[in-house]
Amino acid sequence: MIETVIPIAFTLVALAVVLNFWRLLFGPDAPDRILALDTLYVNTIALLVLFGIYSASNIYFEAALLIALMGFVGTVALSKYLLRGDIIE
Amino acid sequence: MIEYIISALILIGALFTFIGSLGLVRLKDFYTRLHGPTKATTLGVGSLLFASALYFSRGGELSMHEILVTLFLFITAPVSAHLLAKAALHLQLRSLAEPPEAESKRD
Repeated sequence: MIETVIPIAFTLVALAVVLNFWRLLFGPDAPDRILALDTLYVNTIALLVLFGIYSASNIYFEAALLIALMGFVGTVALSKYLLRGDIIE
Repeated sequence: MIEYIISALILIGALFTFIGSLGLVRLKDFYTRLHGPTKATTLGVGSLLFASALYFSRGGELSMHEILVTLFLFITAPVSAHLLAKAALHLQLRSLAEPPEAESKRD
């Protein structure tokens, strides 16, 4: 059952990544692109978790945690740059 | 039985992740676009992580890594959305909604 569901889930999340890249390339303003990057890292976590289930190994969660941490810091830094013109004042 | 629950959670999670990105592409202005990734994608990834936690807890011992990632995502997604909305308001992006009534009309 899980073996048949996982390829479908991979396809859906990969399509989501492609849509994010579309918004990243053609997004009219800077916040749109930052939002696309934010969604991209969340989808990367989804892909990593799916691959962890697919290969039945739990060594990918440290990577997922690191991506979550660094992605959040990156989003906050980019938003702060747009808000204040400076990141650390 | 647990296999079916895990499969359903994986399908729901992948579907919500896809719907969130679809909203990011299809919606008309930035403030509506903010809804898709911050709500649908967070729910989808949370569902996927919960499915993974169930999958690796089958052997008997509880798997806590996924719960940690889920908690972190659920805490940080609203914060980053709030900062992005503040940045968009600061840049005065085009919005579909009408601007509110001016203060001078109030008296």
